[in-house]
This record gives sequence, structure tokens and C-alpha cells, in this order.
Amino acid sequence: MSQTSPQQIEYNLKVVRQFAVMTVIWGIIGMAVGTFIAAQLVWPELNFDIPYLTYSRLRPLHTNAVIFAFGTSALMGTSFYIVQKTCKTPLFSDKLAAFVFWSWQTIIVLAVITLPLGLTSSKEYAELEWPIDILIALSWVAYIIVFFGTLAKRRTAHIYVANWFLGAFIVTVAVLHIVNSMSVPVSFTKSYSLYAGAVDAMVQWWYGHNAVGFLLTAGFLGMMYYFVPKQAERPVYSYRLSVVHFWALISLYIWAGPHHLHYTALPDWTQSLGMVMSVILFVPSWGGMINGIMTLSGAWHKLKTDPILRFLIVSLSFYGMSTFEGPMMSIKSVNALSHYTDWTIGHVHSGALGWVAMITIGSLYYLIPRLWNQTAIYNTRWVNIHFWLHTIGVVLYIVALWISGVMQGLMWRAVNSADGTLTYSFVESVEASYPFWFIRFVAGLFIVAGMILMAVNCYKTIRQGTPTREVLDVPAPATSTAA
Amino acid sequence: MDYITWRAFYTVLVFVLFIGIVFWAYSKSSKKSFDEAAKSIFDEEDVNNTERQSKQESKNNE
Repeated sequence: MSQTSPQQIEYNLKVVRQFAVMTVIWGIIGMAVGTFIAAQLVWPELNFDIPYLTYSRLRPLHTNAVIFAFGTSALMGTSFYIVQKTCKTPLFSDKLAAFVFWSWQTIIVLAVITLPLGLTSSKEYAELEWPIDILIALSWVAYIIVFFGTLAKRRTAHIYVANWFLGAFIVTVAVLHIVNSMSVPVSFTKSYSLYAGAVDAMVQWWYGHNAVGFLLTAGFLGMMYYFVPKQAERPVYSYRLSVVHFWALISLYIWAGPHHLHYTALPDWTQSLGMVMSVILFVPSWGGMINGIMTLSGAWHKLKTDPILRFLIVSLSFYGMSTFEGPMMSIKSVNALSHYTDWTIGHVHSGALGWVAMITIGSLYYLIPRLWNQTAIYNTRWVNIHFWLHTIGVVLYIVALWISGVMQGLMWRAVNSADGTLTYSFVESVEASYPFWFIRFVAGLFIVAGMILMAVNCYKTIRQGTPTREVLDVPAPATSTAA
Repeated sequence: MDYITWRAFYTVLVFVLFIGIVFWAYSKSSKKSFDEAAKSIFDEEDVNNTERQSKQESKNNE
């Protein structure tokens, strides 16, 4: 070795590669389960009278698989990548990072086993039973240590804004998970919530909506603030706006939970507070959307030729749409129509498939070639086909459920003017929903087909390349004089 | 301080802090550092791809 060579340190890209591959695999599984249960709503006999395949058990499997397996694997992988690249330092601990990966995959496998068996705490998006909850907490604490440990030993003066969003996501999810999962175990596989009545409901939706706000929003905004500027090759539109909308977003989201409990036993003032906070939330949400989309200002022509950028920018349009729709739906009088109908499910999927999935897919198409020493993905035309399959799927999905949702809401509230009795029975509204549920199933087929094409494309890219080794020259520390 | 007074104080405090953040973010003095931060993700000159580098080295040796 030459005596002048500075010290070299290597980024930990192995854990990023592992998470990237698992994100694609869990994406296909989670979305395929979703399409299967969409088919069950149209053809109920598809549960084959097997208890493990009933809608009630597969639905939480679908939500856990897409949020915690697909979405969270994507966040863990990209956050480990972003924090290393922007802090110009390797991860705090390779062993702990490996623990995060393997423990998180174990948790997902345990979910895949226990949920079809019917083992559930019955809290939405927090169904997993207490032993798995403890493992989640351990895995998450390791994640916190790796992420913030890396930030602490950064070799840059400033902490880039993507890390602010990722940090807020990581800390808040830990708090949410631990508080909401407090329970009294009665056996190894059964526990009951520590909270009772309306308090339990409020804690659950404080958790539930902040899972949306911090995991599905702040986390993916962190992803957006790195990959959109990188793919567009332009700095973010307004760094100042990113600072202001970060603080506004995180201080408002925490209050929005009560809008899930309009017209319930929750005190009226709490419902109204939740409604007001949810409506104001529109402003910082659009701050992020505008900041992302305007990053492309002056370079709009890139959208014509770059399907990856198209994924990223269209994801922001869906983010803008669903964060306009959400505040609208949280208004009590609108909620009186929309709640418990398909409109809510359509809204969630506009966020989940439009925003979360598309920003993830775009980021992975950027990332995977770079992780395997390639300059571009194996086939860019396939990326374009995937873009259209996915977009058609999402649009079909949300339009179908808008119509069926509003229709259900109107049918449920219709009364005969003569005697005030209900015009329609519940089952009549179910019957009227069938065509729209069929369209939703077709939309699911489009989306899963796109994901499979993505998997093939990524597989070919990985086969062509070799794992990237990226090293960073750092000045040798003064103490280590040559022997 | 009773609960209601504390909540009222806290609300005002958060509001003042937020206004402070807006002024800080949009002040002239922080413009330069924010512009640098926004561009920092493109600053990768000191990152070397070992394979490309080793290829270059072997070329040099020839």
C-alpha cells in the first residue's frame, strides 16, 4: 500500500440490497393477497370453506404484508442507503443492521403464519399478538440505534432534509407501537388491550392514523426528498419549504386520529378537534407535494423520456390527491356519508397504491442498478409498461370505489318520506356494489402483473451485475502514523 | 398551573415556535447554507467505485 493513500471506508450496501430484494418479493405477495380477497368479495366461494382462507383472516394478512413487509422493508432499505450517502459515513453497526433485517423478516414470516391461524389482537394494523409485538419493539430499537448512530457519526455539517423525515418516522413509530400494543397477556397467543372503551378506541386510532402519518407519509417523504432530486438531477425546489412543511406536518399529524371515530362514543369536542387538525393538515401535505413536483420545474421534458421519473412524479400527484381527499373526508358532515363505505377503502388505496407504492417502485428502479454495478435497469421499456399497468390499475381501483362508496352511503341513508323507514336493506347495497368490486379485482390484476414484470426486470439486472462496493476516501486520522 | 392553563400556554408556545421556524427558514442568513444543503446530495466526487477504479489502474499499468 502506498504511504500517501488515505484511509478508505466502505458503505454497507449489503443490507440495502437485502431489503431491496425483499421489498419486491413482499410487494408481489401482499398485492396478490389483496387481489385474492378482492376476488373473494365477488366470488365468496373462493374461501373453499377453509378457515385459513377466509376473508376475515386474509384481510389483515394483506394489510400487514403491504404496510409492514413491502412498505417498511422499502423504508428500512432506502433509509440505510440515504443516511450513509448523505452523511458520507458507513452505517453505525453492520451487525445491528443485519439484526434489523433478519428480525424484521422473521416478524413478517410470523405474521404470515399467525394471521391465517386466526391469532389476532383485533386492533386494525396492530393485529399481531404480544410475543411478536415484543420482537417488533426490539427490532425497532435496533433500527433507531443504527439510524441515529449513523447520523451522530456523520462527516457532513448539515443533516440533509430526507433524514429529518426518516428520523421522525422512526422515532414516532416506536412510540406509537409501544403505547398501542400495551396489553395483558392471558396465554402465549392471546392478550387483551390495557385500555378500555372509548379510550382504547382513541389510542388505537391515534396509533392508526399516525401509522399513516409517519410511516406511510413522513417515511416516504424522506424517500422522495432523496430519490426525486437524484433522478431529476436537480436540487429540491425549495429547501426552505421542506423545513417549514416538515415541522408543520409532524406537529399536526399527531392530532388527526379522532376523525376515524366521528359519531361514536368519543367525546364530541375530541371529534371536532380531530376534524379541524385534519383539515389544516392539507396545507403542509401540499407543501411537500408542491416541493417534490416543482423540483422538476424547467426540466419537464425529462418526463417524456424517463419512466422512472414518471413513477416518482405521478406518485406525488396521487399524494396531492389523497391529501386533499383525506381532509375533505374528515369533515363530519362528509364523513357521515363516507364512513364505513368503500369510499374510505378507495381513499386508502389512492394513498397506498398511488403514493406509497409508486414512490417505492420508482426509487427501487433507481436503486437496484446502482446496488449491482449497473448504470441502468435491464429494460427501460418494461419500466414504462409497468408504469402504465400500475397507473391504469390505481385509477380503475379508486374510481370504482368512489362510485360504490358514494352509492352505498346514499343507499344507507335513504328513507321513505311517507313513514321514515329505510328505503333499502343492507343486502341491496351489497348487491349494487358487485360490478364495482369486480372492477377492483381487475385493477388488482393489473397491479400484480406490473409487479411481476418489475421482479423479472430486477432479476435480470441483478444477474447482469455484481454487488457494488462503494468506498469513500477519508483523510487518515492524525493518530495513526505509519508504522 | 392547572391543566387548562398549561394547554393554553402550550398552544401559544407551539404557535410562536412555528412562526420562529418560518422566519428562520426564510431569513436571508440561512439561504446560503440551505442552498448548499440542497446541492449536497450531488457531491459525490470523493466516492469511488472500486471496480471502475481498479479497471483504470490496470489500464494505467499496461
